Amino acid sequence: MKGVCRLGFFLGIFAYLYLPIVILVANSFNANRYGLQWDGFTLQWFLAMAGNASLMEAARHSLFVAVCAATAATLIGALAAIGFSRYRFPGRRLFQGTLMTLMMAPDIILAISLLVLFVVVGISLGFWSLLLAHITFCLPFTVVTVSARLQDFDPFLLDAARDLGASELQILGRIVLPLLRPALLASWLLCFTLSLDDVIVSSFVTGPSYDVLPLKIFSMVKVGVKPEVNALATIMVGLSLVLVLLSQLLLKEREGYGPLR
Amino acid sequence: MKSSGRTERLVTVLVSLWLVLFGVVPLLLLVATSFFAQDPIDFFRLAPSLESYRQLLDPGYLQVMRRSVQFAALTTLLCLLIGYPFAWYTSRLSRPARVLVLVLLMIPFWTNSLVRTYAIRMVLGSQGLLNQALLALGIIDSPLRLLYTDTAVVLGLFYLMLPFMILPLYACLEKLDYRLVEAARDLGAGFLQTLLRIVWPLSLPGVYAGCIMVFVPTMGLFYVATLLGGARQLLVGNLIQQQFLNARNWPLGSATSVVLILMMALMLTGYWLVLRRLAGRRRQ
Repeated sequence: MKGVCRLGFFLGIFAYLYLPIVILVANSFNANRYGLQWDGFTLQWFLAMAGNASLMEAARHSLFVAVCAATAATLIGALAAIGFSRYRFPGRRLFQGTLMTLMMAPDIILAISLLVLFVVVGISLGFWSLLLAHITFCLPFTVVTVSARLQDFDPFLLDAARDLGASELQILGRIVLPLLRPALLASWLLCFTLSLDDVIVSSFVTGPSYDVLPLKIFSMVKVGVKPEVNALATIMVGLSLVLVLLSQLLLKEREGYGPLR
Repeated sequence: MKSSGRTERLVTVLVSLWLVLFGVVPLLLLVATSFFAQDPIDFFRLAPSLESYRQLLDPGYLQVMRRSVQFAALTTLLCLLIGYPFAWYTSRLSRPARVLVLVLLMIPFWTNSLVRTYAIRMVLGSQGLLNQALLALGIIDSPLRLLYTDTAVVLGLFYLMLPFMILPLYACLEKLDYRLVEAARDLGAGFLQTLLRIVWPLSLPGVYAGCIMVFVPTMGLFYVATLLGGARQLLVGNLIQQQFLNARNWPLGSATSVVLILMMALMLTGYWLVLRRLAGRRRQ
């Protein structure tokens, strides 16, 4: 009896979380423009989406920013985590505090504070401001992911390499980076997703010259249902499905990693 | 060891500089902006002024703030009521089942939140699935007006924020020593007693963390209010967005966000106090 209740509870919550997405995906294949009833299968909304030049441009921009931001944030975050784990420096606590603040701060605070910075410093709003903002909000997550992995591995490995005469670069390239690979990939995927998912920060720090998906979608759906958006949304749902499963596999690899723990 | 430290030191300094430049400085600039005079052309004028804070106390403005806090509080409460049993049940599942539940929770979480808000709108529309289902079941005879209501906004906020509540709660409940629950049961405690006197107090850090992750960020989700609540200004996020992007009144927008920052600081202090009290109790 209790098991049935529990199952029902889980099913109810998952129905609430998934039903809207399922309907959205179904409607992207629905010949009925407003999704009022099922009028047969069609791919015309996907064609309409591909034919919508400004929407496609925004999608390209978003993907490009996401790839750049994920790569840069993973790189910077990994270096920060490595330096942070091995090197005591004054202001370490400030560093830690700033990271936590960045992670906990509501997006809207981050968004407008960066907007003020960009305008005061004179960085015009567009690709660069967007990229800097996305790297900034991704950074704490990469530092945390990579730090967690660093804590797992054996510090004697590094001492051994050093004793055997390895240079700093050799240690980084042949010991640290290979050991960190799953964490680096997982954090790249997370940053990529965070960047694509972001609505609030992007709304504030990009300019009219560089339209990105959330803004484009927002302005399109403010007035009503847009079947091209349904098609695009279906693709985005598919993408996040793939990304979650991928990162899950990477985490599994990490757990299976035995001897040093 | 000494020579090898140089690269690391350089990198660490550079990253710290990045964090200061893009983390600390913008926040200080934001707070500073709130104390400047307003200027419709240049966003703000470099003259000290408390005008923005006076405008915050405007009845209309205060009204939005109060409603926004109500929305956020209701959303947080809903997330807690649903998220707590969810996290508890999940932490009691077998390992593979637990992974499955968490992955299922993560998939929507990793999907664009604007897209998900739009999806909710489809369900709630007057011709949407919910109305059609209710009509077909004969529960109602004419479509309900669900979209552009406060209920729709709360449902949307709840939908987006639920994982933020569940994950910290789960992290906390997963670590809970189940033998404590068994001991309580053996000693004759009922369900309610075990929950209120054992599980709940031990899960307070998770509860606080979840509430912090939900409460203040909820007030910033301006697009949910716009898409599900219509054009009205419902959340503090809408006010900030309007002052920054439409009215070009940066000092007022900054002052509004300073209020959010203060709320956040207050909640973090509360969290810290709870952690300290729990740590103290454990030591006794």
